[in-house]
Amino acid sequence: MEYALEVIDVHKRFIERSEVPPAGMMPPEAGAVAAGATGAADPAVAAGGAGVRAGARSGGAEPAARGVRRWLRRAPLEEVRAVDGVTLRVRRGEIFGILGPNGCGKSTLVRIVSTLLLPDAGTVRVFGHDAVREPHAVRRLINRVSVEAAFFKKLSSWENLCYAARLYGLSPRAIRAEVARIAERLGLPWEKLFTSMEHLSRGQQQKVAIARALLTSPVLLLLDEPTTGLDPRSKRDVQRFVEEVRREHDATILLTSHDMDEVERLCDRVAVMNEGRVIAVDTPQKLKQRYGGPGGTLEDVFLRLTGRDWEEVLANEA
Amino acid sequence: MKRDAALSPPPGGALAPAARRGWLGELCSGWGFVERNFRLIRRYAAWEVAEQFYNVVNALTIALIGVAQGPEVVLYLTVGALLWGFLSVIFMEVATSVQWERWEGTIESTFMAPIHRLTFLLGTSAWAVLYGLVRTSVVLGAVALFFRMDLSRANLGAALLVLVVSSFSFIGLGLIAAVLPLLSPEKGAQATHIIQGVLLLISGVYYEIDALPAWLQPLSWISPATYTLRDVRRAVLHGATVGQLAPDLLRLGLFALVMIPLGYAVFATAERYALRKGLLKRNG
Ligand SMILES: Nc1ncnc2c1ncn2[C@@H]1O[C@H](COP(=O)(O)OP(=O)(O)OP(=O)(O)O)[C@@H](O)[C@H]1O
Ligand SMILES: [Mg+2]
Repeated sequence: MEYALEVIDVHKRFIERSEVPPAGMMPPEAGAVAAGATGAADPAVAAGGAGVRAGARSGGAEPAARGVRRWLRRAPLEEVRAVDGVTLRVRRGEIFGILGPNGCGKSTLVRIVSTLLLPDAGTVRVFGHDAVREPHAVRRLINRVSVEAAFFKKLSSWENLCYAARLYGLSPRAIRAEVARIAERLGLPWEKLFTSMEHLSRGQQQKVAIARALLTSPVLLLLDEPTTGLDPRSKRDVQRFVEEVRREHDATILLTSHDMDEVERLCDRVAVMNEGRVIAVDTPQKLKQRYGGPGGTLEDVFLRLTGRDWEEVLANEA
Repeated sequence: MKRDAALSPPPGGALAPAARRGWLGELCSGWGFVERNFRLIRRYAAWEVAEQFYNVVNALTIALIGVAQGPEVVLYLTVGALLWGFLSVIFMEVATSVQWERWEGTIESTFMAPIHRLTFLLGTSAWAVLYGLVRTSVVLGAVALFFRMDLSRANLGAALLVLVVSSFSFIGLGLIAAVLPLLSPEKGAQATHIIQGVLLLISGVYYEIDALPAWLQPLSWISPATYTLRDVRRAVLHGATVGQLAPDLLRLGLFALVMIPLGYAVFATAERYALRKGLLKRNG
């Protein structure tokens, strides 16, 4: 069977400065940090002993800031395994959810699928096209909505949409009707499209971002926290629209969210990620049955699977 | 509600039915950059007016330095001011195109569009040349009104040809400079100013390159602006013909032939590096 999206054993790591101090080097002490933060030029003001010592040593001016900087420079490089061997297969027409705590690698995975990040290892295929070797073919099939709506803020929504449309070979005339339809479905007043985007609320901007992604009729739509920051009604509008898109456009949707109700309502299957790894994949119903405990909700599943003892939980269930 | 995956054939390319494909689509996308930049300028109209005012005054001030030495020096300096303005616009517009997208946060949505990277770069370059022409014309008009210049000996056609040919090599330089903001969000934009400054120093914008210390002079040979300035001056001040300018025109053309593919290659390599290191953007 052909999948809309195949993610096979994908790894991505980033190199960062460690937050753990190198052996034998102490971080600047709390007193010094306080003195630096309050901008006390006179070390005597920071009555703590540590502050006075740090200030005297480096000649007074912002001793703590300098100390932190020196410490950071010497901090060893550390590997962050943002995505650590993820394998997923998303069927055509499915709405596939990804749940996981902050920093577990959801957005990184979405970026890899979006061809915005090259994986260190593994394969990503969108309708059979390899995301690394044929990015162009993949880009024709996908579009993405990220958690923050990125636009030319001085331009109006319409101008931003025209720009996006042109990037995909569409003329403004060709998108007019579609923009009107999407705006209406999302509860975005038509006049709002013609004011500068800096005057729109965050939720309105997010709706324009969704319109931008849908204009190009993607067959794989990547929604990275599309409803974060929306009011309940707007959330509802967007969710209904997502269902409609799947129904009417034969689109496959990959969705990340921190809203359990949303995931439960929309998703056919859900992957729970933690620390760069997928720890469970199933329908929301089955996940609740297996990991939620009696009468458990998806939130219980989330808390149990992403808690410190998730390996134990998995072992017990197996 | 679930669909049977085997029902319909897999999409070959899912773009909306009205989407143009192939080179026509790329042309449409390239035009998108020109249109977008034009609209941005319109929104920043007040800045634009202020900047234009400064440009005009700047050119006049420089030209006025030469008044005591006679009209030829005034013309010499004017050509320098105008050309430097034009070439700077091209260079900076191309070089800061990536920086703009970074500031606005649109870089990811632009870079994941199904267009050739060359379309992005050439669309931006086309905008840069158009914008540079408009800005330079305004300054030229103002300067011409201020000083009544004698252009009877000038070969303006030849000067224009030099300008067109050298635009291409400046685009190439801009492409290489555009890589810097791609690699370093914080320091990239500043580094492009350093490149611009070096070009200003070594290209003989307001003086002959003999005025430079001997050790710096060889550097001026590798700046396309050196040839542009020399040739436009020869055409405008002494009425040099295209034939007389041919060797330099050839050099400028060669520059462009090397710089544009080189700039593109450097950009493509840097983009891959940025995609591997996650430099486009990380939050979200
Ligand atoms: N471009 C990058 N450069 C360096 N580190 C990165 C980059 N992108 C992500 N990371 C790191 O990778 C890890 C995973 O980040 P990611 O954004 O994928 O998390 P997330 O699951 O989307 O979190 P959230 O729920 O907060 O959106 C984090 O530790 C983050 O700091
Ligand atoms: Mg995220």
